[in-house]
Amino acid sequence: MRILTRVAYVLGLPVVLVLLWWVLTIDSTNFFVPEPGELAATFVDTWIGPRFREDVLPSVARFTVGTLLAIVLGVAAGLLIGSVRWLRSLLEPMLEFFRALPPPVLVPVLMLLIGVDNRMKVLVIVFGAIWPVLLNTVEGVRAVDPVLVDTARTYGLTRLTRLRTLVLPSAAPQIAAGVRQALSIGLILMVISEMFASSSGLGFTIVVFQRSFAVVEMWSGIVLLGLIGVAVSIVFQACERRVLHWYYGQKEVQHGR
Amino acid sequence: MTSVTASPSADTPAPPRRAGGRGAPLSSAALGLLGIVGFLVTWELVVRSGLVEERFLPTASTVLGELRSLAGTSDFWASVRETVTTWAIGLAISAAAGVALGLVIGQSRFLRRATNSTIEFLRPIPSVALIPLASLLYGTSMQSTLLLVLYASFWQVLIQVLYGVGDVDPVASDTARSYGLGWAARVRYLVWPSALPYVMTGLRLGAAVALILTITGELIIGGGGLGTAIALANSGGATAQMYALILMTGFIGVAINLVARLVERRALRWHVSVRREEVA
Repeated sequence: MRILTRVAYVLGLPVVLVLLWWVLTIDSTNFFVPEPGELAATFVDTWIGPRFREDVLPSVARFTVGTLLAIVLGVAAGLLIGSVRWLRSLLEPMLEFFRALPPPVLVPVLMLLIGVDNRMKVLVIVFGAIWPVLLNTVEGVRAVDPVLVDTARTYGLTRLTRLRTLVLPSAAPQIAAGVRQALSIGLILMVISEMFASSSGLGFTIVVFQRSFAVVEMWSGIVLLGLIGVAVSIVFQACERRVLHWYYGQKEVQHGR
Repeated sequence: MTSVTASPSADTPAPPRRAGGRGAPLSSAALGLLGIVGFLVTWELVVRSGLVEERFLPTASTVLGELRSLAGTSDFWASVRETVTTWAIGLAISAAAGVALGLVIGQSRFLRRATNSTIEFLRPIPSVALIPLASLLYGTSMQSTLLLVLYASFWQVLIQVLYGVGDVDPVASDTARSYGLGWAARVRYLVWPSALPYVMTGLRLGAAVALILTITGELIIGGGGLGTAIALANSGGATAQMYALILMTGFIGVAINLVARLVERRALRWHVSVRREEVA
């Protein structure tokens, strides 16, 4: 019974919404809004097949490589900058500027500097997604409990051991928050870099559909982007739960009252 | 995300900042200035030495000079105004909608459970996915960009408000109920103050995301503003102008961050986290 109510809660509203959509479009000839069934059929026709391998997979691969690079570089640079005081003071204003710079403007810049190829699209993602990871890592390293740092030092832990057993774990929740932002920025940049300058990829294909007024196909592309977004978020949450299980456990105890 | 910074060991008195003392803030500001100068000098040298061709990356002095001469034109300020207006309208609407819906949904257990799956599904959808739809519906008008901005920043605000309302102390909530406080009074005196730190976080994140999507919309869809100006300068080969405009978007971003932090501090003057910072 409890499982049934849970299922009802999870599926209730989505089912109602889809029904509402279906009822509203059943007689309509509105050009912009397709019927649910029509959209589902077009989705399968459009994306399952050669286009999946030629347009979708390369886009997703660029996104994956770009964001992973951004996360690794961001955490490494963040650890360095966060633990060296003068370096942090030296770089902080510049880093704040780069974080505040809206990442999409990097697309024309890198297009000019590198040209239009895979390297440019991956670099756009790296350059845009690195800042939230980097700055959150710096913040996380700064917020490490100084008593623990002193204790670790007194006990003669080497720099590397301190980094691995103290600094990284206590900065991890902050880093995770940065990674979450980096993922959504990376996804935005994946699409934009293809819309702005490309002849293949998901973003490009969707724009072509829109320009040729293939409305249902365009909607199916929007749905696909949405599904990719949801999948990325699910993967991230699973990783976060695994890596930070101790942190959530601690929070649950605190809130348990 | 502020909840993350509240370290588990919050009971230790304000952590003593290592190596504070003797005029540390001054020297850190000086170092920061040095960092900016160093960046500009490196940029200048990289181009002068021919490492990067000047037609792809003009020198720092050229770009800053271009920005200065742009600042004398009314076109430039019209673009800035357009961008800031789109940003402000988008943020205002999504903040109002996010806060209102968040307060209503957050306080009802039924609504929270019933909407959870839908929100978790809709939120990660990248709002750039809506670019084709927006340009089909509204063409290159401001509404296209506004639609993207609204979609992106609404979720940031809504999620934080929901967290905030969920964080209300249950004992305080029961107490308010036993004392016979009505719905409106409970929202005014209990829920709103408890949720305010989260609301502020949501607004800060929403403001940053709104700027990203404003520039994106203007860049890809067109219709005026700094983004469109960048796209035009890019396709017209006015490289120095393009870099100058990009610098300007960065300055607007910095200004938005500064204002957001200022507003947050003012609104949360009474809150423990801000008070503790001031003591330290």
